[in-house]
Amino acid sequence: MIKVQHLTKHFGDFKALDSITFEVKAGEIMGFLGPNGAGKTTTMKILAGFMPPTSGKAIVNDHNVEEQNLEMRKQIGYLPESNPLYLDFTVEEALQYVAAMHGLNKFNTREAIARAVEQCSLESVFYKQIENLSKGFRQRVGLAQALLCDPKTLILDEPTVGLDPKQIIEIRELIQKLGKNRTVLLSTHIMQEVQAICDTVTIIHQGKVVASGTPDELKAKSEESMLGNIYIKLAAGTIKDTEAKLREIEGVKHVVKKDSEKKGVYGFTIDVENGVDVREAIFDAVVKNGWKLYEMTPQQISLEEVFLDVTK
Amino acid sequence: MTSIWTITKKELRHYFNSPIAYVILFIYLAISGYFFAYNLFLNGVVSMRSYLQTIPLILLFFVPALSMRLLAEERKTGTLEHLVTLPVSDIEILLGKFLGALSFYVVMVGITFIYPVALSTLGKLDWGPVIGGYIGLVFLGACIIGIGLFASSLTSNQIVAFIVAFAIGFVLYLVGQSTQYIPAVAGLVDFLGFTSHFNNISTGIIDSRDVLYYLSLITLMLFLTLQSLLNRKK
Repeated sequence: MIKVQHLTKHFGDFKALDSITFEVKAGEIMGFLGPNGAGKTTTMKILAGFMPPTSGKAIVNDHNVEEQNLEMRKQIGYLPESNPLYLDFTVEEALQYVAAMHGLNKFNTREAIARAVEQCSLESVFYKQIENLSKGFRQRVGLAQALLCDPKTLILDEPTVGLDPKQIIEIRELIQKLGKNRTVLLSTHIMQEVQAICDTVTIIHQGKVVASGTPDELKAKSEESMLGNIYIKLAAGTIKDTEAKLREIEGVKHVVKKDSEKKGVYGFTIDVENGVDVREAIFDAVVKNGWKLYEMTPQQISLEEVFLDVTK
Repeated sequence: MTSIWTITKKELRHYFNSPIAYVILFIYLAISGYFFAYNLFLNGVVSMRSYLQTIPLILLFFVPALSMRLLAEERKTGTLEHLVTLPVSDIEILLGKFLGALSFYVVMVGITFIYPVALSTLGKLDWGPVIGGYIGLVFLGACIIGIGLFASSLTSNQIVAFIVAFAIGFVLYLVGQSTQYIPAVAGLVDFLGFTSHFNNISTGIIDSRDVLYYLSLITLMLFLTLQSLLNRKK
């Protein structure tokens, strides 16, 4: 469980975080979105206990992170941004080192390493020096370190950055699997990732939370005018005339010509008043005016558009 | 406690995984061998005195080279962030790193113990000053490692860490050498510098004042390093 209340962080005069508040419930995967410099990494650093906040409270697994409680840290698996590793270590040495730092005994170490190696598919590189590993494997070593001691909470700062598509899918599946009985906070730039694996999303921008909810809720909550857009393509008379006639339909706010497929066939975006279904009326207008309808698509907005919208 | 030992082992592994351990060992042994041997046969005296008087100055160069990477490298590569978020306290991290560098240093200086052993086969060697001298070297080295650890905590650049550590060490060395120039405060200057304490111990007399000087300097340096490490998080 992660609970953040009015968390604020100043670096000198610069306000990196401005009273942000959010919560990740136990067993939930939360996607943490935001443009570069929004404060994602700063928040994660505070949650992992790397630095204290200027003000506000951050609670992870019922402990205030400012207590710097060592027992609490055992329950947090943290993958820092850009995945720093000791390149001169082998995978085996790196995992053994982390296990020893967690105070595991010999038997538990062997068990924990075996499990992490299997979860992250590191068998083939187990005895190799990390310096000689590809970025994908290095990322998995970082992830294996974070989840080695079976923490209740995982804080992953851009876990899939720099991976190839196959590896991304593998890591996502792994995170989804891990998220079933753990709290996971992961930051990312990739919208599909959030849509694919996150239960909830928090978008921050310039140190403030600008949107939060489930991916679907967010889409619903976003500017309603965007939700009402309909794209139609038809063969009709002049553009001006068609636009005027479409505008006459009840519930239509704006009509904008979008593109043209060939001469006489044009695409229009129709802005609709909130909650009005104009598809039938459009169809009637097409029949009445003797137009030929090529296409009618209600435009669903993507999380990407929500993101761009709230971080404008 | 186990965490300190884990970090000590980790530091030693870093030394031997990189060329730094071998380069420092090789060059230190070559240079100290030269200073041991160059006037040995000229003087024809079975004594380590001149060797033990030269070696502190050499260590001022070599020990910062050992300690410069301790925190600066971790900061540069970002592993410091991982390290301080593991379930260990900052003090344990510092002690582990300090002991890692110190154990490497003790081995490095320990190897040169071959010289007095070899020398003792040539004549009657007075072991008191020799053993005192080596104990003094360990204290002196521990101090410079403390200074180096502090310098390393200030920057992510190892060269800067090296130069700062060398400069602080050199000032403490010079201060001890400058008693005759500032007679008014000679007693104070003599106490502050490395030299008098090292000379006292290397006569074979281990005075608690000298030991206390070294221990308090080490503690001061570890304390400053801790503050620097905590301050970085603010």
